Amino acid sequence: MARVHVPQSLTAILPGLPSHVWVEAASVEALIDEMERHWPGLRFRVCDAGPVIRQHIKVFVDGERATLATSVGPDSDVHIMTAVSGG
Amino acid sequence: MATRVLVLVGTKKGGFILESDERRSQWTMRGPFCQAWPMYHMVYDGDSGLLFAGGGNEWFGPAVWRSTDLGETWSQSGEGLSYGDEGPGVQKVWHVRPAHGALFAGVAPAGLFRSDDNGLTWNHVAGLRDHPTRPTWEPGAGGLCLHSIVPHPSDADRMWVAISAVGTFFTADGGATWTPQNRGVRVVFGPELYPETGQCVHKLLMAPGKPDLLYQQNHCGVYRSADGGASWQEVTPGLPSEFGFPLAIHPHDPRTIYVIPLNGEGRFVPGGAVSVWRSKDGGDSWDELTEGLPRHDAYLGVLREAMAVDTLDRAGIYFGTGTGQIFGSADDGNTWRQIADYLPPIYSVETAIIED
Repeated sequence: MARVHVPQSLTAILPGLPSHVWVEAASVEALIDEMERHWPGLRFRVCDAGPVIRQHIKVFVDGERATLATSVGPDSDVHIMTAVSGG
Repeated sequence: MATRVLVLVGTKKGGFILESDERRSQWTMRGPFCQAWPMYHMVYDGDSGLLFAGGGNEWFGPAVWRSTDLGETWSQSGEGLSYGDEGPGVQKVWHVRPAHGALFAGVAPAGLFRSDDNGLTWNHVAGLRDHPTRPTWEPGAGGLCLHSIVPHPSDADRMWVAISAVGTFFTADGGATWTPQNRGVRVVFGPELYPETGQCVHKLLMAPGKPDLLYQQNHCGVYRSADGGASWQEVTPGLPSEFGFPLAIHPHDPRTIYVIPLNGEGRFVPGGAVSVWRSKDGGDSWDELTEGLPRHDAYLGVLREAMAVDTLDRAGIYFGTGTGQIFGSADDGNTWRQIADYLPPIYSVETAIIED
């Protein structure tokens, strides 16, 4: 299963969502949909119309920038990251 | 029975609640709420006892937050706050308004959403964006925001909404179809002075219990309608500037209204002197209220959602500034004092009266 790193700003608004979860999925979109089953509302917070990953969120699979169509392997490391912000 | 007076404050960095008793002389503050998300509007629904706050976050999109315990705990939902995968994406919630057992949300880009489960899920009121003028809607500096939702007090099918740089719309069929209501409202920044739409209404309100009597603060003046928005009469003369954002109506006198004019350059109070302007005759004449307000070197602004009244017999009036102060009056606006400071830039002010 892929290991998913979740930002604190997302765990703070979705009750019960831990900072690390293990998900079995073949693509980023399938991974997000699987997480949505457990933590309703997650997909809307990560994805915008299109569907695409929201403008100021980036997903990395094994260190590479990903889209919803990017493949996820059984041992992948997936990071969901928010843009840095100030002010 | 104890009376709790709450001032609900939306800011760039979360929601806050000020609280006092009916004397409104000592205030305590709680917050920030809602994970310090930008909060554009916060309201109390007296029927359900819930607090709702509308906001949007650059990372995670639009949300309506709700609290079942007067702000102690909050949860959020954005489910259904979408125009679908064809888009455009909904960026933020500008305004939330309970009415007739439902909850409405105005969003940017401009549109209206309805919830029938106290904000857990939302449905698009598509009739508004189906209006044939929609391809002509263009954003002002604040974005293409639906910022005013004015329900009819007794007829759930009737409602007015206002969109910045687009104008006022009215529905008489529960949102299926909408009619622009901008007759008599000037547009000085376009090729036509009185177009059907394109009016930059900044705030639209109804006099309490008087569905025919509407007021608006516009980019181009202050206006009154005595026929439910079918036509508008400008009531700007007597004010130091036609530009301003907020508007408030006295809770017990439909002819008494309050505005805070801002100058056209910089959008702060003219001359760095803070004044609230009150009319007791529906805008036919104006009085400048200054007692207790900063009168020099105060280059602050007040945004469209950031003035409100409470409903006590001797009405309280409140406004919040872009520089984080809240000023309050407990005597209909005659005298003022600062009741909070050092808050983040203030986007909205509303009130709630709780009888324990």
